[in-house]
Amino acid sequence: MDKVTCSDRIIYLFLLLSFGFWFLSPPLYGAEEPSIKGFLQTNYSARITGVKLPGAKRQELMLGEERGRLEGSYYPPNSNIGFDVKADLFHDWVEDSWGVALREGYMDYLMDKFDVRIGRQIVTWGVGDLLFINDVFPKDWEAFYSGRPLDYLKQGVDAGKLNLYTELASAEFIVIPHFTPDNLPSIGRFFFFDPYPNIMNREVEKPKTTFVNTEYALRIYRSLGGADLSAYAYKGFYRDPAMRADNFTSPTTIAHFYPELAVYGASLQKSALGGVISAEYGYYDSMDDRNGKDPGIENSQSKFLIGYQKAFQNDLTVGLQYYGELMPQYKEYKANLPPAFFRKKELHQYITLRVTKLLKYQTVKLSLFTFYSPDEEDFFITPEASINVTDNMLLALGANIFAGVKDNATFGQQHKNSNIYVLTRHSF
Amino acid sequence: MNISKSSIALGLFIVLRLWSASAFADEKMTAEEIIAKSRLAFYYAGDDMKAKVLMELINKEGQKRIRELTMLKKDYQEGGDQKYFMYFYKPADVKGTTFMVYKYPDRDDDRWLFIPAINLVKRIAVNDKYSSFVGSDFTYEDISGRKPDDDSHSLLRKEALNGKTCYVIESIPKGYSEYTKRISWIDDTNFLPLKEEFYDKQNELYRQFEAFEIKDINNIPTEIKRVMNNTKTGHRTEVTFQSTEYNLRIGDDIFSERYLRRPPAEWIK
Repeated sequence: MDKVTCSDRIIYLFLLLSFGFWFLSPPLYGAEEPSIKGFLQTNYSARITGVKLPGAKRQELMLGEERGRLEGSYYPPNSNIGFDVKADLFHDWVEDSWGVALREGYMDYLMDKFDVRIGRQIVTWGVGDLLFINDVFPKDWEAFYSGRPLDYLKQGVDAGKLNLYTELASAEFIVIPHFTPDNLPSIGRFFFFDPYPNIMNREVEKPKTTFVNTEYALRIYRSLGGADLSAYAYKGFYRDPAMRADNFTSPTTIAHFYPELAVYGASLQKSALGGVISAEYGYYDSMDDRNGKDPGIENSQSKFLIGYQKAFQNDLTVGLQYYGELMPQYKEYKANLPPAFFRKKELHQYITLRVTKLLKYQTVKLSLFTFYSPDEEDFFITPEASINVTDNMLLALGANIFAGVKDNATFGQQHKNSNIYVLTRHSF
Repeated sequence: MNISKSSIALGLFIVLRLWSASAFADEKMTAEEIIAKSRLAFYYAGDDMKAKVLMELINKEGQKRIRELTMLKKDYQEGGDQKYFMYFYKPADVKGTTFMVYKYPDRDDDRWLFIPAINLVKRIAVNDKYSSFVGSDFTYEDISGRKPDDDSHSLLRKEALNGKTCYVIESIPKGYSEYTKRISWIDDTNFLPLKEEFYDKQNELYRQFEAFEIKDINNIPTEIKRVMNNTKTGHRTEVTFQSTEYNLRIGDDIFSERYLRRPPAEWIK
């Protein structure tokens, strides 16, 4: 995500051209001042388990960076065009490198009954709290597990989006010509489970930017009886890589690729029982493994969640969620599972708890988020304390704690990665 | 005898009716009526409203924090349902955040928050009505009003405050409340609350509201400057309505997810 890639260059060029075009054309009406803001941030995270990571780039340091953000937006009055750019310049101590990342950069075309957004943009769908079903857009899990601010969990997509507004319902339709995978915990920073650690040379094939590989995502939404209802559909690819091997029992070559995926789902959110209730469902159709027999590709699944959030006196908020993934072709999955792989349960579940408490005129925030899986018997716990020293200066101290019975379960495999992190952010 | 008695009674009745309908009408307003009228004057002014609001949150050391926002409000019924839309300019880290509330007098609000950093609209659980609004000394209830029949009211006296004649009303909560007693000074001409004192369980003053500078905007008297003082912590919040306009015919569609994500340029600049 942090590398300037080919697609970044296309986007930069696009933005440069659109801005250039805009500034060259004389404004018809008095132009509004563009808005500029940003922040300077330092963010460090260190492993606290005392276990030496083989091949670690910076011993215990999992994240060490200084980062500057600049955000510019310009929506001239009496015009239906607007621009928005958010870009980061950073120094990374782990890689000992400098980099530039375009976080978002898009143009809006705003009309009465529809609008269009073209460029890199962050899209967040669904009603789960850190549980994503119909949010099929790219995530940065490495950022999330190493204590970067939560917004860095979401990555932008290079896409065109059409929003339609009608009396009956509204819709978002997204066309993504260029595939962006999730950013997963990487070698040199994280411990993670690998079923075939001896095979080093692996090719990763990303879907090529061709017409047939275009991803489509649709959300139709409206409110009804005080509830926010959405229906979703997606056709594209899994963002976590699948595995292809010459032989899964004792492979000599392995390649990674991103299989085809379609998702159909719905969500509901409503005030009820003195709080907010959320429910979401999604069917993951694993199009490259419909019979469920390919061990390298995820099987089709039904994913669902139900959540409840309530606020109490004195700025205390508590949220609870139950989440499940059900695999219909479990027999086929079990029959074809190579011995080196972790065996999932037919129903994989999480229970999450979020507690947030604000103090001192809301300048101090204590928060806790925990994942617990009863079937994989593992935990992920993130406590954090943050303080707004002034309106512009935020300090945060937190931890990411992984624990589990098995070394190869989702969070169990990360138990050597438990870390503490600090963040300072000066906004302007 | 009977006839003359009932004639006298009738005569008296007519006199009383005429008297009560005369210019002395408001002298006879009950405390409940004054509070109800004050709520309409303060929270339901105009059919809709747009205001640019500056809040200065000042601690006892004098350190200031700033909240600057544009607020749109639409009333659907006098004393009934309302919709609010807020767009934050300051502080810098929340710039672009929007907040929407559907307020119903008899049940919990619906509230949505838009977080621009991840382009997320989410419903948020309704805070306790006594929790602080954006870290200020004002509670959510101070911002959006309290139902008159949640308290028992009594008119203590009439007195002048800063040259204005005020009803002084004591309100005692009927059920659970943050305060145990509230004393309000309500202007007897425009019914705006000019001062309020909130007392705690020990019957000690802990919060005090005061309004300064009242302007007529579209013939609607409006408090331009308001201060809430926490007399126990020394923290205070000064609110300035930098610009206020009424009856703009703000469309119903403004209060929707669409405009949470992309604030309406015609209303928010």
